[in-house]
Amino acid sequence: MKLPNISSPHATRPGNTGTVMLTVLLALVPGIITLSYFFGPGHLIQICLASATAVGCEALILHLRKKPLGFYLKDYSALLTAVLLAISLPPYAPYWVTMVATLFAIIVAKHLYGGLGQNPFNPAMVGFALVLVSFPVEMTTSWSAPSALLENGIGFSQAVTLIFSSRETLDAVTMATPLDLYKHQVAIATAHEIYQDPIFHGPHHEASIALGWQWVNLAFLLGGVFLWWKKIFTWHVPVSLLLALSLLSIFIGWDSDSYVPISLHLFAGATMLGAFFIATDPVTAATTPLGKLIYGAGIGVLIYLIRTWGSYPDAVAFAVLLMNFCAPLIDQYSQPRTYGHQKAVRGLAKKD
Amino acid sequence: MNMHHFKLHDFAGGIHPPQHKSQSTQAPISQAEIPARLILAIAQHIGAPAKPVVKPGDKVLKGQIIAEGDDFISCNLHAPTSGTVASIETREVPHQSGMDDTCIEIISDGQERWVDHQGLDDYLQADAQTLIARITQAGIAGMGGAGFPTHVKASIPASKIDTLIVNAAECEPYISSDDMLMRECATEIIKGIEILQRILRPQQCYIGIEDNKPQAAAALQQALKENRDDTHNIHLVVIPTKYPSGGEKQLIQILTGKEVPVAGIPADIGMVCQNVASVHAIYEAVALGIPLIQRITTVTGDAVGRPQNYRVLLGTPVSELLRQAQAQTDKIKRLIMGGPMMGFTLASPHIAITKTSNCIIAASAQTLPDPAMEQACIRCGMCSEACPAQLLPQQLYWFAKSSNLEQAQAHNIADCIECGACSYVCPSNIPLVQYYRFAKGEIKQAQRDKQGSEQAKLRFDTRNARLAREVAEKDAKRKARAAAAAKKQAAKKAAPAPATNLSKGEPAPVAAKAEPAPLKKEALKQKVLAAQTRVDKARERLAMAQQQQLETAGALELGLNKQIDKLTLAQKNLEEANR
Repeated sequence: MKLPNISSPHATRPGNTGTVMLTVLLALVPGIITLSYFFGPGHLIQICLASATAVGCEALILHLRKKPLGFYLKDYSALLTAVLLAISLPPYAPYWVTMVATLFAIIVAKHLYGGLGQNPFNPAMVGFALVLVSFPVEMTTSWSAPSALLENGIGFSQAVTLIFSSRETLDAVTMATPLDLYKHQVAIATAHEIYQDPIFHGPHHEASIALGWQWVNLAFLLGGVFLWWKKIFTWHVPVSLLLALSLLSIFIGWDSDSYVPISLHLFAGATMLGAFFIATDPVTAATTPLGKLIYGAGIGVLIYLIRTWGSYPDAVAFAVLLMNFCAPLIDQYSQPRTYGHQKAVRGLAKKD
Repeated sequence: MNMHHFKLHDFAGGIHPPQHKSQSTQAPISQAEIPARLILAIAQHIGAPAKPVVKPGDKVLKGQIIAEGDDFISCNLHAPTSGTVASIETREVPHQSGMDDTCIEIISDGQERWVDHQGLDDYLQADAQTLIARITQAGIAGMGGAGFPTHVKASIPASKIDTLIVNAAECEPYISSDDMLMRECATEIIKGIEILQRILRPQQCYIGIEDNKPQAAAALQQALKENRDDTHNIHLVVIPTKYPSGGEKQLIQILTGKEVPVAGIPADIGMVCQNVASVHAIYEAVALGIPLIQRITTVTGDAVGRPQNYRVLLGTPVSELLRQAQAQTDKIKRLIMGGPMMGFTLASPHIAITKTSNCIIAASAQTLPDPAMEQACIRCGMCSEACPAQLLPQQLYWFAKSSNLEQAQAHNIADCIECGACSYVCPSNIPLVQYYRFAKGEIKQAQRDKQGSEQAKLRFDTRNARLAREVAEKDAKRKARAAAAAKKQAAKKAAPAPATNLSKGEPAPVAAKAEPAPLKKEALKQKVLAAQTRVDKARERLAMAQQQQLETAGALELGLNKQIDKLTLAQKNLEEANR
């Protein structure tokens, strides 16, 4: 009898990369439901569209790279990228915007760098940034108004029409986002005046921060806490991100007559989605505990800077991509102290 | 008194794998049968292998030394039962590499005839030297798995030690040999600790035991209470179950909050750690005069019909134990010696139990299926959350994979204790520890190569210096000769010419003839040297080509042969000229 020689450890925890991706997808569900409830079915259609495109692209590239399709598709990483991208995009962006973004995310940002685990930049955010700078009109005018502000809401067929064919009725159902609105109004109006707009408190004053958005952000926060509890990621990145953003909002933007207030920074944009689902993408983030704190704080600071003084109303994508650049360097300078060592090693290995 | 408020510390990381311990703790320890043949590896410990002192055909008694420790860091080996030495030959031994090593085979006569042996009655009054000599004699090696000679640790000067730690954590799943030993032999263990205290004179002693062994802890507590000796400074400390709390460095951290300094040993911070089974062996060696010839081994796994602990003679083939534990041989898909985290697989069940074999796991494909296909690393960092050494396994993985040894070293790969926690949690099923072993091996090899090339460079420089010196010496000689010749010439000129010509008419042509001979020899010597250099160079080029597996290697070999021919020819010519 000849038995196999297998090196230790022999015991492994059940689960695989696919399990991790599915858990993250599961954590997105509350956010997606809330988005659809407050802003109509646009995001659901975009999710389907992006997912189909992503899986198609992934399969194509895997085929070209002569990799086993089933094994790699089952890591669900393409699906997760697609869903993250779809919920970041404006719900009524035309279908080709979504497809271009997804295609670029999967083929260029992911596979041209070597596939899962090798990409230095968050694929979903690369796709998002590409279409944001390439198609600014489609990307800024396709945000849905909260359904509560529309007389008849947005029907499924209307959403399909908007995305795939005629964009004639677009103006009737879209609206600037609260962050965008506040940013532009604050130059000419006081906070009190700006808050008169029903986009903040709703027609019947049912919201306290931003109609719809506040619940969407809470839902993503909930999903994020779930992932932290499941130990999919550690607290470092989201906490330092939110902390940095909050501190800047408090110390620089304390005057809501001149700056966007902290409540809107945290609960009116893509902050929670970014903090818990985008910035925590482990492949492109810093990986040491201290590094994660620096990385998260960097994103928080950049989000604030771009939102406040940049020309874009939201900034998660650019902030994340910019910090993606820094992650390898941060990792080199933030190693933890190893057991038995007096202090941590910092910087690159010395050449002899 | 012994379990009072004790501030426990925590170590970084750690995991909670399923325990699987209760399967083997249902029945008491059972005496394994004496096998017909025992196979004893001469290297069952860390350090120099023991040197066999018997030869095939010799009759041996139980407890008789059959191989002697060959160094201070080495261990004696004794006959586990009486019988005849059948052979001393190379066999497969339990080792992660599946390597072969020298083993002494004994055919037992079934009579268990003991060699003369006697314990010390008043061992608590004996001096340290006597006690250490007893431990050395008994050939005890760390029985928790590492196999470090126990007498070496016991020989650390008592002035350096303030804390004795008895490792009873037994943190790996499946293993219950220490657990059962503590339940059944708690009194002996406490006495063993007292012996160590007598030797090392520590200020305090901690027994660290995981809270998943309440019966063992209770037994020790009871033994402490009943002990009439002064055991006030032995503290039984129950620690939370978390793998790898039984790692020496981790246990020290849990109990004292201190860390063993990098590249250091526990004694550097005043501590010494002994496994609980080793402590028991110390008691038997000192108080009863029984050398280490048997141990408790857990036989478990889902392919085993009656999982339990056995008191096994060293050298008992694993197959014998599996038979007694009613294993279904055809169901076994992985046979592990040690635990599922740090143990190693056995290629065949005929391999025998050693001093460090605490567990045998016979697992089916259901419990331990073949390793899953490796997926891409997504740097999720679960590994670094699990790492007890506070390393960054996700970074080390990339460095190991790309053979970036400098970075791997800068990220302290040497501090990896290979506990396997990272691989256990990795969602991508990456055999991380295997990568680190590879990188560590590469680093060692690179260091050896570097040493080698430094030596080669030294040799080369020395040779160059010698050649230069020789040339200089020759030059000096030639100059001296030339000077002498010039003097002669001058003398000749000064002397009357005709007289010289007449008297030395004959030698003149001889001298003229003799002049070219050394010159010719010199030229030939130069040729030999040049040919030698060419051969050396050709050899170097060939070696380089072979290393890089270039296609030109064949042609270079031909060239080398030609150069060698030329060198031989030149040497022949020189010899002829010398004659």
